[in-house]
Amino acid sequence: MSNPNKLNRRSFLKVSALAGGGLILSFNWLAGCKPEEIEELGLPKEWFRLNGYIKIGENGLITIMSPNPEGGQNVKTSMPLIVAEELDADWKNVVVEQAPLDTDNFTRQFIGGSQAIRIGWIPLRTAGATARQLLINAASQEWNAPAAEITTESGYLIHQANNKRAHFGEMASLAATLPLPENVELKDISEFKLIGKSHKNVETKNIITGKPLFGIDYKKPGMLIAMIIHPPAHGMKLKSFDDSAAKNLPGIKGIFEFKSLQDDYPRTFFDTVSFTDLIAIVGDSTWQVLQAKKAISAEWEPIQGYEEKRDRFGAPEIRIVPTGLESEESQRLKMEAAAESPRTFRKDGNPEQAFQNAAQVIERTYEAPFLSHNCMEPMNFFAHVEGDRVNCAGPLQKPELTEQALSQRLGIPVENIEIEMTRLGGGYGRRSYAHWLVEAAVISQKMNAPIKLIYTREDDMSGGIYRSRYHATYRAALDENNQLIGFHLIAGGLPENPLYPDRFPAGAVDNYWAEGWEVPSNLTTGSFRAPRSNFMAAVEQSFLDEVAEAAGKDPIDFRMQLLEKAKANPVGDRNDYDPERYAGVLELVKSKSNWGQTPAGISRGVSAYFCHNSYAAQVVDLKVENGEVQIDKVFNAIDCGLVVNPDAAKNLCEGAVVDGIGTALFGELKFNQGMPDRMNFDRYRMIRMKEAPKEIETHFVESQIDPTGLGEPAYPPVFAALANALYQATGKRFYKQPFIHELIG
Amino acid sequence: MAQFNLNVNGKTQQVDVDPSTPLLWVLRDHLDLVGTKFGCGIAQCGACTIHLNGTAVRSCQLPVSAAEGAQITTIEGLSENGDHPVQQAWMEHDVPQCGYCQAGQIMTAAALLQQNPNPSDEEIENAMNGNICRCGTYLRIKAAVKTASQKL
Repeated sequence: MSNPNKLNRRSFLKVSALAGGGLILSFNWLAGCKPEEIEELGLPKEWFRLNGYIKIGENGLITIMSPNPEGGQNVKTSMPLIVAEELDADWKNVVVEQAPLDTDNFTRQFIGGSQAIRIGWIPLRTAGATARQLLINAASQEWNAPAAEITTESGYLIHQANNKRAHFGEMASLAATLPLPENVELKDISEFKLIGKSHKNVETKNIITGKPLFGIDYKKPGMLIAMIIHPPAHGMKLKSFDDSAAKNLPGIKGIFEFKSLQDDYPRTFFDTVSFTDLIAIVGDSTWQVLQAKKAISAEWEPIQGYEEKRDRFGAPEIRIVPTGLESEESQRLKMEAAAESPRTFRKDGNPEQAFQNAAQVIERTYEAPFLSHNCMEPMNFFAHVEGDRVNCAGPLQKPELTEQALSQRLGIPVENIEIEMTRLGGGYGRRSYAHWLVEAAVISQKMNAPIKLIYTREDDMSGGIYRSRYHATYRAALDENNQLIGFHLIAGGLPENPLYPDRFPAGAVDNYWAEGWEVPSNLTTGSFRAPRSNFMAAVEQSFLDEVAEAAGKDPIDFRMQLLEKAKANPVGDRNDYDPERYAGVLELVKSKSNWGQTPAGISRGVSAYFCHNSYAAQVVDLKVENGEVQIDKVFNAIDCGLVVNPDAAKNLCEGAVVDGIGTALFGELKFNQGMPDRMNFDRYRMIRMKEAPKEIETHFVESQIDPTGLGEPAYPPVFAALANALYQATGKRFYKQPFIHELIG
Repeated sequence: MAQFNLNVNGKTQQVDVDPSTPLLWVLRDHLDLVGTKFGCGIAQCGACTIHLNGTAVRSCQLPVSAAEGAQITTIEGLSENGDHPVQQAWMEHDVPQCGYCQAGQIMTAAALLQQNPNPSDEEIENAMNGNICRCGTYLRIKAAVKTASQKL
């Protein structure tokens, strides 16, 4: 997409056809605009499309497509803002429209890995700059003036010499007919007018007035409601069911068994699904379907273990799915056994000898439980299969990948599948695994009707795709001068190995050893906000706090010395962090928190981490009274390169802190005979307002480096900053998440 | 099935549903008022909060039969143009991330301020504690409630 020639007009018709798709609840572009501006300019009579991202009305109103799904990361504001910057548009006259899945015009329409802004940076700017040049070329033709003499300013074209001035709308019809300019120049960062200043979320007004933005709000004439029943335990499958008490209930249109993904379908990394044999209940309204769902009795039987073929981003992989019903204890035994024989992922120097020669060895073991994503909007999807065409709409993170699975399952070519991306009521990784879209489509095909599939909260929380259960042992060797001479970690999980062998303090210690292991499970797991980092940061940064203390050093100074070494004389050549930027966020958090001058009555802890291309350091200030934690303040220091939309970026970092603290304190899911021990918010404890920090200050490193992601990086380190502050307050180290048990125990 | 006359956002609407149907699903499925959200179905998350005669209640636990005759207000009817002081404050603080819980948060906050126009921090926390925000926008919610209370 960095080649401007790729910005074509080919699939505009496809886009406009979708926009006029006849939905009774509007998901058209009006849902995504700022109403007060529309009122000012009014609707244009005609739109002129300049490229895949931009159409301009004759009255000067500009529509910018937002390519990626929006689940709260603010991309629906920030991505169009980047286009508007290079277009030199007046943001006031811009309306934003959510693009559908359109692989001709857009690339990587994903939520994942905090990559939208980083990867979109050049394509979005190029789209804006190309359209701007088209408008300039049009004005040049119209005014008979050299293009080089024409400038733009906030939605206007200006030719100073001839005293000419026109708004973009006046040149749009001509511009739309001109050839696409090649090799347009992008602005210098110093010329930015929109980027770097805070702009309000384009959707806030719609959210606070209850507009139908989410997949679960979707409605079409004749649409039926569908729900599913899946096995109550992982390791079980459907044997038979009795629907005699359900099928004649009012409003019920169909109850049947169906298969979602076929067993022999070679699955991609995001085709993970726990249960493929399901019972569907379809009816007129949600409550009627819920009643019928309760009236069905089903029998379940144990699965026979099998091997699932998967395609892990191009590399074939086998997922072993064992027989049996797993429990907390059976998993523990398997994990302990696996931890005895880990595989080496990295070894520098001679760690065995370093530990032999050590004056002091510190060894600690950490654990973290399964987690459920708990998106506030329960899983859902709309699907309408008509013959060989599919229309679907709903919240998902990776539409392009799900489209493949859907096409294969239905035997309908990808070209005949339209996926409309609605706003996500949270994603956090869960909506990357869109098996419910396949389920919705299969149900629609069977019923020959448009349907909306809705999961109950219990269906979601008991349905798998969890954050893995993790375990790690860390060892540090200090010499008689309290220098860190050896570092050894063994990390593993059920079923995922969380190890990142090349992260800090790799590169900063001469004798370094990273080992990992994993245990197969019939529980399904998947990406969870900052996958693996959310555990590795938590435990590594807690451990370093303890090592610093054993070495008699301030925890920030201790890290700084290691980073100094990694910078001046790095060990190995595949360390995946920049020690200078890493030290930069520690410096910033140190100065902003007045580190070393802890306020009276407050205990504080520090932590820092690098993941998803961005750096984050945090200081947590708290008090503990009668086993109750009150978090007074959290300082965030973030280096994500240039910040596109600062207030929205702050919002995201504040959220990451609250989410991280909540998960560290309360988040857990355990299994007994394959069944989760909690299925709704009565038992799965979520952080609430009272437990949230009273204040969060977020500071960004001033940077002109191209922006990197922010959805995830501020989340992982806060677990450890909290643990380290809790230690200062209570004298207890916290090795096992969630901390609440040891806190009150 | 039975007929119910409901007063929703100042208008009388007739629905023909099972008397046990929670008001949440009547609003969403039968009256096309989808601003009120389904989150947990057991009154633990607050996403379905509406006003019943001015008091914040969980519509997922309120059978339609118990709502007849009452003044029901949903997020769509909180103000004419989305300009209730609480909504204005939400705009000012640009509170939402994913936005799914925010209608429930706003309805809880509006009911709180109706009863207690100048709540302390602790009173705000107590009133809002039943509303989960998975994205963690609690600080902005609290700040917005305070801003709204100053405007009332």
